[in-house]
Amino acid sequence: MTTPILSVRNLTVEIPTRRGVLRPVDGMSFDIAAGETLGVVGESGAGKSMTGNAVIGLLERPARITGGEVRLKGARIDNLPTEEMRRIRGKRIGMIFQDPLTSLNPLLTVGEQLSETIRLHLRVSEAEALRRAVAALDEVGIPAAKARIGSYPFEFSGGMRQRVVIALALCAEPELVIADEPTTALDVSVQAQIVALLRRLCRERGLAVILVTHDMGVIAEAVDRVAVVYAGRLAEIGPVRAVIQNAAHPYTAGLMASTPLASVGRERLRQIPGAMPRLDALPDGCAFHPRCERADAQCRQDPAPTVTGCGGRAACWHPLTHSAAEDVA
Amino acid sequence: MSALISVKNLTRVFDVSKPWLNRVIERLPKAHLTAVSDVSFEVPEKSVYALVGESGSGKSTIGKMVVGLLRPSSGAVEVDGVDLANSHDTGAVARVRADIQMIFQDPFASLNPRWRVRSIIEEPVSVQGGDTQGLAERLLEQVGLAAIDADKYPHEFSGGQRQRICIARALASEPRIIVCDEPTSALDVSVQAQVLNLMSDLREEFGLTYLFISHDLTVVQHMADVIGVLYLGRLVEEAPREELFTSPRHPYTQMLFAAAPRMDGFGREIEPPKGEIPDPINPPSGCAFHPRCPIAVERCRRERPEMRKLGGARVACHLAE
Repeated sequence: MTTPILSVRNLTVEIPTRRGVLRPVDGMSFDIAAGETLGVVGESGAGKSMTGNAVIGLLERPARITGGEVRLKGARIDNLPTEEMRRIRGKRIGMIFQDPLTSLNPLLTVGEQLSETIRLHLRVSEAEALRRAVAALDEVGIPAAKARIGSYPFEFSGGMRQRVVIALALCAEPELVIADEPTTALDVSVQAQIVALLRRLCRERGLAVILVTHDMGVIAEAVDRVAVVYAGRLAEIGPVRAVIQNAAHPYTAGLMASTPLASVGRERLRQIPGAMPRLDALPDGCAFHPRCERADAQCRQDPAPTVTGCGGRAACWHPLTHSAAEDVA
Repeated sequence: MSALISVKNLTRVFDVSKPWLNRVIERLPKAHLTAVSDVSFEVPEKSVYALVGESGSGKSTIGKMVVGLLRPSSGAVEVDGVDLANSHDTGAVARVRADIQMIFQDPFASLNPRWRVRSIIEEPVSVQGGDTQGLAERLLEQVGLAAIDADKYPHEFSGGQRQRICIARALASEPRIIVCDEPTSALDVSVQAQVLNLMSDLREEFGLTYLFISHDLTVVQHMADVIGVLYLGRLVEEAPREELFTSPRHPYTQMLFAAAPRMDGFGREIEPPKGEIPDPINPPSGCAFHPRCPIAVERCRRERPEMRKLGGARVACHLAE
């Protein structure tokens, strides 16, 4: 087996506060292979973005990584000095954020921003950088790229701006791209364009992508595997079809059932009672047990064990689908 | 069935010109943005009418005109036969106004952080001089919160709980109509399900009429009886829920449905829709959708299509059948 592009093992992020230490990311482990898209879903505050930021070393103080490791093509990157991490960021790991307006500099033309990034990471002449900038804009489907290179971000529409951000993330030819809610600020028709674009680029370049989103529909259509995050922990990870249609973790199943769907029609939606616990008031045992109908004494006491099956794994005492025989695996 | 809300040729134009000095120096003409253009629809009592559309389609502007937060530029909103903006019978207008309440999108922005929940919920009643004894407690329990929550402040609640408080406030004056502007867009899916279920329950319990505004097709499909699809300030299609989702007639509706991500669309390869929503200050001539429309013909460029009846639906398209 080849080394995965990104390998995260037992990643833990802690925030010290006056009222104790919070753990927004708690023992997260996953791998991503080249050409693979991993979706990360969860509700707000579940730790999806925090995980992405920890991987690229962009945690804001006082949050910091206190355990586990992050390996990029086998080499550890979670303990690198700031300067070295800066060189990896943008060069080997590209980033796409939710709001395309705030991730571009309003005072520089898109051409300047692109060629600056290219020259920062690749040894090329200014003219070559500009040529590559035009090619990058062309690749993400901006019409008349040559003419638009001198335009400022405000002159682009929301969807076009997000294309510029994608061009910016890809112009230094990274191996991994972390896209944090890349389509949340966009309309449905534009969202479909951006999702199609990301998938095409991923396929053509063999990119590994982490797609963070809360939209189950986007997940179903755009990713190969999906990780479901709850209260900073990985509830379930597996091939997207298995997770959506055959969830092992009761939280995943509840999440799917509470999404209004065509087939459900006018019936009542299934709802998960309550809300996700706050990080400073996490229950003992499995963090989901107060909302879980399958919970028993064991769930209230001990952290959930990892069970495997259906090509994935889930952290649950009483998984819905994985058979007991597979527990040993 | 008589209509409770009847929206007639509603139009709203915003003046988005630069200040006059800039206009003089830069020789710019005045700029007008037509947010809502000639929209007509009727909402029967005790039904749910949903307006869907992408950003800039004018759905929130219509909602604001129905509750009276904005005046129409032309056309009218009639509730119970009373023209809200133009009627001279102030007594009748005040009576009808009290029948309308609104729930907003962002429950973090729509509750006064310095007020206790009790004052927030009681305000719509107390300004009309009504009796508020025990009102907040009763309503809080009705929306699934506890009576003791009345003495807390909004910051002590999560997003879903805040939206419940907004719903309690909307119910306080015993309205007949609630305009819901993206009531669950700021909420997570599991909480969204709770709020949608609550809204369905309350509708049956109080016999409410909802004007439901959303961009989320799955939510609309779940909640609405009749759906109006807006594009660039114009109503392009209106149909009962079943009919709209089984046989969308307008090319824009068809495009919207095809583009919406689906939970069973694993690895679905679709041709994404072309182009983006045009600039509403300079909308395209004729049918506003023609530059993106796959079946547009010359007539679509010249002539704005009128709403016409097709089966149980109304469609504004020259070619739809």
